[in-house]
Amino acid sequence: MERAETSSTSKVKESKKKRRSNKRLLRDIIQGYGFMLPTILVLLTFILGPVLYAVFLSFFDVTLLGGTVLDFTGVDNYLRLMDDARAKRALLNTGLYVGIVVPVQTFLALFLAATLNAGLKGEKIFRIIYFLPTLTSSAVLTLIFMWMYNQNGLINNMLETVNLPTYNWIGDPNIALYSIMIMNIWATAPLFMVIYLAALQGVPKNLYEAAELDGANVIQRFWYITVPQLRPITSFVVIMGLIGTFQLFDQSYIFSGGSGGPSNSTLTVVLLIYQYAFKSLGTMGYATAIAFMLALIILVASILQRVLSKEEQFN
Amino acid sequence: MNNKKEWSKKLLYVVLITYAVITLVPFVWALSSSFKTFAEISSGVMSFIPNEFTFENYRQIFIEEELFFRWLLNSVVIAGGGTALNLIFNSMAGYALARISFPGKKVWFMLILAVIMIPVQVTMIPNYLILKELGWLNSYQGMIVPAMINATFIFMMRQFFINFPKELEEAASLDGLGRFGMFIRVVLPLAKPALAAQAIFVFMGFWNDFMRPLIIMTDADMYTLTVGLNSFKGQYVTYWNYIMAASMVFTLPVLVIYMFFNKFFMKGMSFTADK
Repeated sequence: MERAETSSTSKVKESKKKRRSNKRLLRDIIQGYGFMLPTILVLLTFILGPVLYAVFLSFFDVTLLGGTVLDFTGVDNYLRLMDDARAKRALLNTGLYVGIVVPVQTFLALFLAATLNAGLKGEKIFRIIYFLPTLTSSAVLTLIFMWMYNQNGLINNMLETVNLPTYNWIGDPNIALYSIMIMNIWATAPLFMVIYLAALQGVPKNLYEAAELDGANVIQRFWYITVPQLRPITSFVVIMGLIGTFQLFDQSYIFSGGSGGPSNSTLTVVLLIYQYAFKSLGTMGYATAIAFMLALIILVASILQRVLSKEEQFN
Repeated sequence: MNNKKEWSKKLLYVVLITYAVITLVPFVWALSSSFKTFAEISSGVMSFIPNEFTFENYRQIFIEEELFFRWLLNSVVIAGGGTALNLIFNSMAGYALARISFPGKKVWFMLILAVIMIPVQVTMIPNYLILKELGWLNSYQGMIVPAMINATFIFMMRQFFINFPKELEEAASLDGLGRFGMFIRVVLPLAKPALAAQAIFVFMGFWNDFMRPLIIMTDADMYTLTVGLNSFKGQYVTYWNYIMAASMVFTLPVLVIYMFFNKFFMKGMSFTADK
């Protein structure tokens, strides 16, 4: 009898608990989704929705005349890429740009970070100075460099004083893309330097001390301790670099006034997407198809980089 | 041995100073050009100190160019408003993902991580069409609303709140504060370093953005400074003194913010590096 009583009170307790936990669940749902509401709305309307919309658009010819007119063309937009000479040129330019800028800026960032980390006086001042380009907008930097790249501008003048050949940095199709590369390496390396600097604090000091006792010089210590210790960070920096460089747009747009000239030498994939989407009629769907191909290339490149750097670790 | 060390120290300084000069020259050159007369600019004489020091270029862009001030205002409204909303909404989402257990949480978290991987070019064209349907082209909300959350920083805030001491919240809930009140009055003030680092990056993202305003803002009245500067270049072709003055005005606010937040900024950086 007594037992039954206790069991019945525990049942009451349990159902009370259940009710309370139900109430709690409801409260958590309201609070959770309440806190997430702005994020969910933007995510659905301006990111996930548009991705699906973009898939859809890439199978259509899109004409914007007052309203939006869609004309189904199947995979034509993707096939069209195959024999579009400008698309090939844009891809080639972008590939060359990525292939040169990513390794150079990564190495420069690591080199500067290692130098700054040597524990010299005034490190803070150097760090503040080096960080300036990262703070400045790409538009402003491009304008400043165009002013310096001017035919009789600062850079050519400096080259002349030390008897080096001068170049038509902006107007020569063989040079223009390299001018943008130099500018962007200068502008991006410091950001990655800061990331390396933070990571360098975590490299055990005794590794260097032991190597120094074994007679390793500065360069050896750099190659055999700093570089391998920072491999995971390098992987991160390279992937960020790949993503950034594949998306080059602002600089080539401003450099060429939006045309990608001279003679398509600064035409990048994103600039091409922009031109097809907003500067010529009826090619918005085609532009979306190119954007997808670019996303795919970036994804494959990042995965490839990750796989390669893992393999290296095993060797 | 000691002598060798002295030498390597000197060598390091040479490297550091050389690179500091390489970094500073473009800025100094731009600053000095902004105080030069057009005659000096076009004379081809290279001097870092203006021959004839003048404020005329700044007067020109602020007074003669009616639109310049408007562009500055547009940039301030968009970057300021966008940053404020990002700080609130990213923290709210990060807090929910770290602290509240609600059904579907995992799915949303995975979606947010996946979104970090999507390049803007994919969503840029459909977004243009959506903004066009909404009638939000050439408007502040067209620039702000689609970018008022940021997946990367939601993730960062989640990581921050996961390590946040629970006791504080428990104490606050005993004081009778509701969840939102507690979030605003107890949790957010303690998240200051994370918020400051986020504020700098988000503000710079809006302030320096070129592609989105180029697409969304087609009326010269609604240009932001980046797009305005670019149109300046077309308008003033060889008047680099004006262009450089405008560039300097544009760069100043970010520098001021950087100096102001520098302490928080480095803290924020080390915080992300710890993770």
